[in-house]
Amino acid sequence: MGPLVPDVVGNELNFIVALIIGIFFGVILEQAGFSTSKKLVGLFYGYDFTVLRVFFTAGIVAMIGVIALEHFGLLDINLTYINPTFLWSALIGGLIMGLGFVVGGFCPGTSICAAAIGKIDAMIFIVGSFIGVLIFAEGYPLFEGLYKAENWGNIRVFDSLGMQQTVFAFILTAFSLFAFWMVSIIENKVNGIKKPAFRFTPYYVTIGAIGFILSLSAFVLTERKDSLQNLVSDKEFVNNYDLKTMTVDEFAYRIIKGDNKLQIIDFRPLEEYKKQSLPGSTAFTFDNLFEKEPSKILRIRHKTNVFVANNEYEERQFAIIANRLGFSNATILKGGLDSFNKEILEFDISSVATTKQESDTYRFRGKASSIIPVLIKENKSAGPVKKTQKRVVGGC
Amino acid sequence: MEEKKYMNPYLAGVLLGLLLIATIYITGRGLGASGAVKSFTVGIMETVAPEHTNNEIFYKEYSGDHAGSPLMNWLVFEVVGVFIGAFLSGLISNRLNLKLEYGPRSKPNIRIVGALFGGLLFGFGAQLGRGCTSGSALSGMAVLSTGGLITMMAIFGGAYLFAYFFRKFWI
Repeated sequence: MGPLVPDVVGNELNFIVALIIGIFFGVILEQAGFSTSKKLVGLFYGYDFTVLRVFFTAGIVAMIGVIALEHFGLLDINLTYINPTFLWSALIGGLIMGLGFVVGGFCPGTSICAAAIGKIDAMIFIVGSFIGVLIFAEGYPLFEGLYKAENWGNIRVFDSLGMQQTVFAFILTAFSLFAFWMVSIIENKVNGIKKPAFRFTPYYVTIGAIGFILSLSAFVLTERKDSLQNLVSDKEFVNNYDLKTMTVDEFAYRIIKGDNKLQIIDFRPLEEYKKQSLPGSTAFTFDNLFEKEPSKILRIRHKTNVFVANNEYEERQFAIIANRLGFSNATILKGGLDSFNKEILEFDISSVATTKQESDTYRFRGKASSIIPVLIKENKSAGPVKKTQKRVVGGC
Repeated sequence: MEEKKYMNPYLAGVLLGLLLIATIYITGRGLGASGAVKSFTVGIMETVAPEHTNNEIFYKEYSGDHAGSPLMNWLVFEVVGVFIGAFLSGLISNRLNLKLEYGPRSKPNIRIVGALFGGLLFGFGAQLGRGCTSGSALSGMAVLSTGGLITMMAIFGGAYLFAYFFRKFWI
């Protein structure tokens, strides 16, 4: 599961990765024509909309790519850098950058590109940007208030607007396609070209079709959590799903024996868990199943992961989701903890057995009902699952 | 030899988008540019005036967020790559030449002052806005960050707002 940094790609290797990514970034920007200020500012005077086309195409492709990676469980979005939102600094900083754009003709990335191929104006722009950073650094006490005002955290735009991610992605894609069409009309008008902006040539039809498919794909790629939650809302499906089960007696026996292959994954709410929990059990939540670090304990080999919750139906729901996420060794406790409490912890010693097997079972339960409560008291459980990894530090 | 034509913008956009996806998948962060300028500035200041940087709050906050030397920074390596990549691309497409570009109604000295002040404003704005067109607007759009999209709209909106007053620079 991504991001690959820091466990698959180490911190030193990450610098090499940065260099290679940078080379590709530089080649693409230069090949697109971002190495000349005339082409860049064309956007603001209507004679060349290359920047808008490249920028929005890249943004849409990347957005849908990230949604897809998350949908297929390849990227943990909780570890990915989401640019934090500070309303006023974002707005005012952006306006100042916009002014810098029309005055200077570059932005920082493109100025580096242009300087690399010998544009003197770009080199001067870079010198200017150093001075700009220095002014900010030296005058920081003056700007700090504005810089840190209205902190909204790592919020994402669909949450801010209160809509689904897919809906927002669709709107943004549709808006971009419309913008591409409009700017072509404007561009032709400004440059005095009489030909219609879009013609039914294979080239335009292909681009339009790809754009259309991309915008629709936003709907197919629903958020994984939503689609899985939807899946387990079907009662019949959940009850008929084939899952490995463990009886309360076997479960009790393994706890008494201190079986180290047994991993108890406790899905009850944390308050209930804190009040009373089984020895060696780990508190887990629905969200943990989707996170890179917490879900690691489910992948430890030769372990029997027993999912426990108050009732078997809930256990089934979590186990099915785990199965769908690729954790194949999820076992559920038959009857849930309710049954475990009733049959084992609060076993009624006066029960009368009618068969030999029953009398063996009852004898065991009688013993277990006195041992396990002591174990629960003595043993400290593992607590909530650990999250050692933090969100990647990114941004400029 | 003649300069080669530029790449189709939609194709370039798709390639850039794929690169950004790969970047996010591998490193968990997006692309950027202005952060490298900041790292260089901090690096230079720490060398030139170490006493000063030990006292100023900005530098202290920076070293709090970034361990190690300011030049051992992801964006510094990335920007060095951008420079190499753009140079190679210019070499292949015969676009390497030392040149000062300015609009038909502008003059070299106006362009020089404009580039200097434009850079200054952009450098300053990118610090305030926590990222530039790449780091905040593009990468922010990829992960649908509210702040990134606000910055993006402010950059382009601001540029359109001020474009009229500087038209003599360009057209």
